[in-house]
This record gives sequence, structure tokens and C-alpha cells, in this order.
Amino acid sequence: MAVGIIGYGAHLPRRRIKVEEIAKVWGADAPSYKKGLELREKSVPALDEDTITLSVEATRNALARAGIDAKDIGAVYVGSESHPYAVKPSGVTVAEAIGATPDCHCADFEFACKAGSEGMFVAYGLVKAGLIKYGLGIGADTSQGAPGDALEYSAAAGAAAFIMGADDDRMIATIDDSYSFMTDTPDFWRREHQFYPSHGGRFTGEPAYFRTVTGAIKGMLEKSSMKPGDFKYVIFHQPNGKFPKRAGKQLGFNFEQIDVGRLVPTLGNTYSGASPLGLTAVLDVAEPGDRVLMCSYGSGAGSDAFVLTVKDRVREVRDLAPKTRWMLDENVTYLEYGEYAKLRRKIRLAAH
Amino acid sequence: MRDVAVIGVGMQKWGELWAKSARDIFVESALLAMDDAGVDKIDSMYVGCMAPGVFDAQEHLGSLMADYLGQRNIPSTRVESACASGGLAFRMAYMDVASGMHDIVLAGGVEKMTDISGSDATHALATAADMKWEGVSGVTFPGLYAMMAVAHMEKYGTTREQLAHVAVKNHDNGSMNSRAQFPMKITVDGVINSVKVADPLNILDCSPITDGAAAAILVPADMVKKFKKPGVKVTGSGHATDTIALHDREDLTTLAAVNAAAEQAYKMAGKGPSDMDFVEVHDCFTIAEIIVSESLGLFERGKGGPAAESGETSLTGRMPINPSGGLKSKGHPVGATGIAQVVEITEQLRGEGGPRQVKNARVALAQNMGGSGGSSVVHILEVM
Amino acid sequence: MPPARSWRAYPQVYRLEAARCKKCGKVSFPPRLVCNKCGEREFDRFNMKRTGKVVTHTIIRTPSDEFSGEAPFAVGVVEMDGGGRLTTQIADVSFDELKIGLPVQMEFRRLYTEGDAGVIHYGHKAVPIRQ
Repeated sequence: MAVGIIGYGAHLPRRRIKVEEIAKVWGADAPSYKKGLELREKSVPALDEDTITLSVEATRNALARAGIDAKDIGAVYVGSESHPYAVKPSGVTVAEAIGATPDCHCADFEFACKAGSEGMFVAYGLVKAGLIKYGLGIGADTSQGAPGDALEYSAAAGAAAFIMGADDDRMIATIDDSYSFMTDTPDFWRREHQFYPSHGGRFTGEPAYFRTVTGAIKGMLEKSSMKPGDFKYVIFHQPNGKFPKRAGKQLGFNFEQIDVGRLVPTLGNTYSGASPLGLTAVLDVAEPGDRVLMCSYGSGAGSDAFVLTVKDRVREVRDLAPKTRWMLDENVTYLEYGEYAKLRRKIRLAAH
Repeated sequence: MRDVAVIGVGMQKWGELWAKSARDIFVESALLAMDDAGVDKIDSMYVGCMAPGVFDAQEHLGSLMADYLGQRNIPSTRVESACASGGLAFRMAYMDVASGMHDIVLAGGVEKMTDISGSDATHALATAADMKWEGVSGVTFPGLYAMMAVAHMEKYGTTREQLAHVAVKNHDNGSMNSRAQFPMKITVDGVINSVKVADPLNILDCSPITDGAAAAILVPADMVKKFKKPGVKVTGSGHATDTIALHDREDLTTLAAVNAAAEQAYKMAGKGPSDMDFVEVHDCFTIAEIIVSESLGLFERGKGGPAAESGETSLTGRMPINPSGGLKSKGHPVGATGIAQVVEITEQLRGEGGPRQVKNARVALAQNMGGSGGSSVVHILEVM
Repeated sequence: MPPARSWRAYPQVYRLEAARCKKCGKVSFPPRLVCNKCGEREFDRFNMKRTGKVVTHTIIRTPSDEFSGEAPFAVGVVEMDGGGRLTTQIADVSFDELKIGLPVQMEFRRLYTEGDAGVIHYGHKAVPIRQ
């Protein structure tokens, strides 16, 4: 039984802030940040947008493409490191809003930037096991970087949702194989009650991101007996513009394979949404028969890799919801740092 | 039903009355009305008050006010219909007397609004809207009337300047009213350039937040001769409701409850809009006076704005509106407003209007309104 | 707002559930027990379309405390395609594009939050349709 994606959707906030605008406030050198991170601007959620609201909108776009009754969704998984509540699930609000309750399993995942692919993996696995008809996996975040920290230039917001199913006639892309790679690597963390995360600086690079991502992709290729040249597109986790390019080069992928799913230069790092959003951008343009490799990364650390084959239906459904690059490039407004600080609740307000 | 007359009214200066409590200001006005009528014992009373629990952490005003007015043991009822609470209290008193149940009945109104912050007061007033289905959007009362203004401007070409003329005229009138909270004159430019509240309404388009009370004494018309002052007869009374939420109305540019209440009152009095010598209307916002003036039939639909601009509604115009200064200048302690309209009309019809006396006034109309027009009360009063 | 008060309206605020009168076809949002146009008591429940047009609008500049951090913000009455009217914030709009007839779609948003420790109330806001 072929199991895969029968619906996909993205949602991005409309606000952006440029690297220059952040650098100006902290006396940092914008050109060197832009070059070093290969990142020009990032998305910023409004005061009324959070992981739950972005997840609902991404899911509605996925449902528009899937053309199914939400009642048939048997599982809703939201992966995020910015769940609005410390205790109270995000998944039930998403499930309630789309009309999947009460005959539905919900859970929230957290694994730094890997939580989205976890939700996808579990939803896929449950459909494959025959336990549910359809499963919804969402990666969404409204991440915070500490003011002035390098992460502030990249921490962004966005969501991608995937409905997994086994209906041949609805199949947009089959998931042909998967592989995960996990170790205990403390490169990035946020303790309970802390507003901003902490990270290990350069330790986040070679021993963390690169070791894990290359480990996962090598394992995936070996397991599926495939080589980089077999893929039309590869999507990496993308904390900045440079890491996915460098990882791709190390593994033998060329820039054309990487670039379509590399949204970070104008989106920023959407954490749990990052590689899933890259996959939505690829599905927006992929042709039937294209092979796609996706590899997430979450600090702490681990990667989930998937091999997908795009099906004919992608042509019928991709115009049924807004495309990811359209949301990324059009219909955006730019903020000054003061507005950004207000929207991201970085300003201390009077107590009510 | 018995004919009913007003034989006494009372009201003190309105404003931010820091040193006085709700019961202080209510009892002071009630005593003025009783003294005006020459009575010290009443048979029944009604207290119009919108939200004492929210503004003042006090409910059970019927008993409280009767007790402090020295009228313990009489029937006393608090009446609530948002900003039309006062007008409705007057109607309840009217019905009480007309039915033959009681002879000397006090209709009073009070609101003590300034103890809480402006934003808390905004919230308290918003409870007159549909809190669940309008309030959830963050819309305020100025916001609801602003949305009526936008619709009225789109449909009829009503202008920003025309709205301002309502406020300017009411402040002109209020400048001659010693009881007004804001008796200063203002200009059209001043209104248009004042702080924005809810576009297109600015702060000088809005009635203020006020502490105040007012009271009237009603008796059977055939008993009037027993009292000190000439009676003013209540010849028409109307009360109607509309959808609580503005968005549930097919037409946002008219006020159906005002129209229906007015029709009842006109029919009862055997009079029409053109018979009115002046009117006191519920100008909680400048756009409200314009739409109300149309819904009362004083002007054709869409002509309320031009009428305000051309001076037709000024003290010396064809149809003076709000000689008292209206809610805009006099103030708007919500529960008291409907009673204060009766105070103004009674004094005018007795010829006690002073510098703002409407010449030869013999018939006048009071229109009080709750929420965004979810309720309205209209009374017609005439010289006996 | 106590949690129960928002919870019992989730079908309406989360899914825009309305009721269409079986006799006259008028759409009530939220559903009612009696049609306010014809008095009928039988309805069909359905979820409204999430697209519509602005019927009227304003910009709230002096809100109550719950919304103070968000001012100024646009509010409008929106007529949904296929029937039903509601009062809603209009988000992600530049104030000079606000006009009667503006096509909008309803997006899932936070409506307001009960301070730092209370419940987050979700629902819909209108945003201009740009695609």
C-alpha cells in the first residue's frame, strides 16, 4: 500500500523585517550578517498570530488541496517549539477549527526545529499501519531570538501542513522510505520558564547540524539504495542560507537541487516549519515522477529524512490554495524595529 | 388610562463629581424635583440606571435610592435599558400613574461613571452592545456609531463637516446651560482636528463620561391644580426595540427602534413631526443626532446632515434640536440622560428656558436611545 | 471571559457555524431558535463560507483595556458570501484601503488573551483578499 501526501498547505505571516533594520539597533554590521547567514529578511507574526493560528491556516490550505472531509482525519499532530501554552495542547484547537473532533487523536510534538517532521512521520506511520484513514502532520513556529543575539536575525514564523493518506486517486506524492538519525548533542536549548533559547555558538555547526544532517542523508540513501543524482529536489533544514548549501555540497547535491526548497534567504528560520515549508514550495512546482528528498534537523539533536515521488495529482491540486513562494514574495509589508519589538512582545508593558 | 402630567423637575450641574456618590447626586436631584412640585411624600418611584454594578459596584438601586430619599417602604424599581434607562424609567412612571396604580410617582435617573478609568468605562458602556458577537471584535460604542456614519456618508454623501456642525450647535446651546458639563463653545475646525476616536468620529463628536442625576414628578393631569407649578402634559409615549447587534440590521443608516417608538408617540398624541416646536434627542455621537432626526421624521432620509449644516436645527432654526446642549455639551450620565431631556422640555414649556428659551414652545419631543439603537423611548409633552 | 463562555461558542467562532431558516432562507449567525425575519423555528446548520465583503468599517483608536496593545485596529461588519453577517476585526489591512465592498476572507487568529496567565481566545478576523 502506497502511503503519502494527499494534501499540503503553507501559511506565512505577511510582515517582514530586514537584517539591516535589526543590525541598526544593535550596532552590528549588516552586510557581514547578510553574507555570513545568506539571509536578507525574515517573517514576523502579528500580535494575533501564533503557532495555532498559522497551523489552522496551513491546514485549511492542505484540506483545499486534499478535497477530503476533515471528519476523516484520524490524527492531528502539531510540531513546534513555540506552542502557545506550556500546558494545553495546540492540536485540539487545530482539530476543532477544521472540524476533525472528536473522533481524532491529537498530540503536540517538540524537538527544536525537528518537531514538524516528527508529526509528519507519525501521521505517515499510523496511516501505513492502517490505524487511521488520514493523518495530519504540521510544522509551525513563531520563534523568538534574544534581542541582539545572532538568532534574532533569523528566528521567523510560518507553518506547513501535510495530510497523509493511502488513496491512490488523491496521492500528490508517495513517501517511499524514511530514515531517522538521533544523538544527544546539546547545541541549542530552552529551559522551562525561559523566554529566549540558548545555544552553543559554533558548536551548533559541525558536531551538531552537519554531523546529523549528513548522517541522516547518508543513511537514507544507503537504506533506499539511491544516490544524490536520483533526486530532482532536496530540502534541508535551513537555519540560515549557508548551512543547507554547504551540507548539500558535502553530500554531492548541486545548487539547482537545493535552491527551490531553500526559502530561508527571505523567510528566515521557521524552525519546525522550515524543511516542511521547503517541501510545500517544491510541491508547488514539481512534476509527476520527480523524486524529492527532505531532511529536517532539530537541535538536541536529530534528523528525519523522507524519500518522496511526486504523482500526477500535483498538477490538479496545486492551484487550489496559495502557493508558498507567492506568500513569501508578494503581499508583504516591512516593519521598523520598534513595531517588530512591540509585535514580538519585547517591550515591557504596564501590568493590568 | 388617566392623563398624566409632570409637575416638578430637578437636576444639578453635571460633571466629574469627585466628592459625591451616586446616592448623593440622585437624592439631591430628586429632592429638587420634589421641592419643585411641592411634595415630600411620593407613592412610587423608578430609578433609571444602566450599569451601577460595573461603574460603582452597587446593585439594588431601587431600595437604596428610596431609602436615602426618605421614602422607605414605597415600591421602588430600578429600570435598565442601557443609555435609554432614564427614558424608560420615565415611561414606567407614566404607565404607573396612567394605570391608576399610583398618584405621585418619581421618575429619576443616575449614573456615577468617573470613578473607574476611561478604558474601563468604555468597556462598561460596551456591555450595551452584543458583548459576545460584537464586543469580541474590540469594537467600542464610538466604533459602532462610526460604522453607521461610514454607511450614512456612503449612501447619502453626509460629510465630515456636517457631523461637526451638530457638535458645534450643541455646544452653542450648552454654553447657555449652567448645568452643562462642557459649556464651552467649539468650532467646526476644532471638532475635525480633535483627537481621533473611531474614524470618522473624533473626541468632539462624542458625548462625554459624566456623573449626574435628574428627576421628575408625575401625577394624574386632573390633580395638577393642587401643586405649585403649571403642569406639562405627557401626550405621547412610545418604546420600541431593535436587534441588539448593529450587524443584524438590514439598513445601517436608519434607526428602526427610534422610528417605531416615535410612531407610537405621534399616534397617541395625535401629532406629527412638523407639530414639534423643538426636540431633545439622544446625540451620544454627532452621527446619532443626524440619523435620529431622520428616523423621527423631522427630516427626509439623508437630509439630517445638510439640516445641521444649514442651521435648521439651531435654537432659532426651523426645528431646534437639543436646546439643552444635548448629551454632547450637557454630559451623558447614561441612566440620567432620558430624565434630563424631560427636565429641559418641562422647563422650556413652562417658559423657564432662560437665554436658550425656544420662542412660543408648546409641544416638544424627547427621544432617548439604548446601545446602538437596540432600544428607544420617545415622549411628547405639551403645555396644558 | 470565563473559559466556559467562549468554549460553548466554539462551533461558531472556530468554524463559523450558522443556521439557515428553512422557511425564508435567512442566515442567522450565530444560530438562533427563532428566525428574526419570519419567525420560523426550523433551521439547517452549516458552516459559512470564509469569504465576504465589508459592509461598513471604522478604525478603533481608543479601545478598552483588553485590546489596548493592539490599537489602532480596523473593525467592520462583513457580509459573508452565501449569507450571514458578523462584526469582526479587519487585520493586515492598511487603513487607506478600507472601503465598503472590500473583498475579505476570514483567517484564524487570536481574538484576545487573558493577561499572561489566562486563556487565549481564538476565532476569526477578516483580512483583505489579495490574490
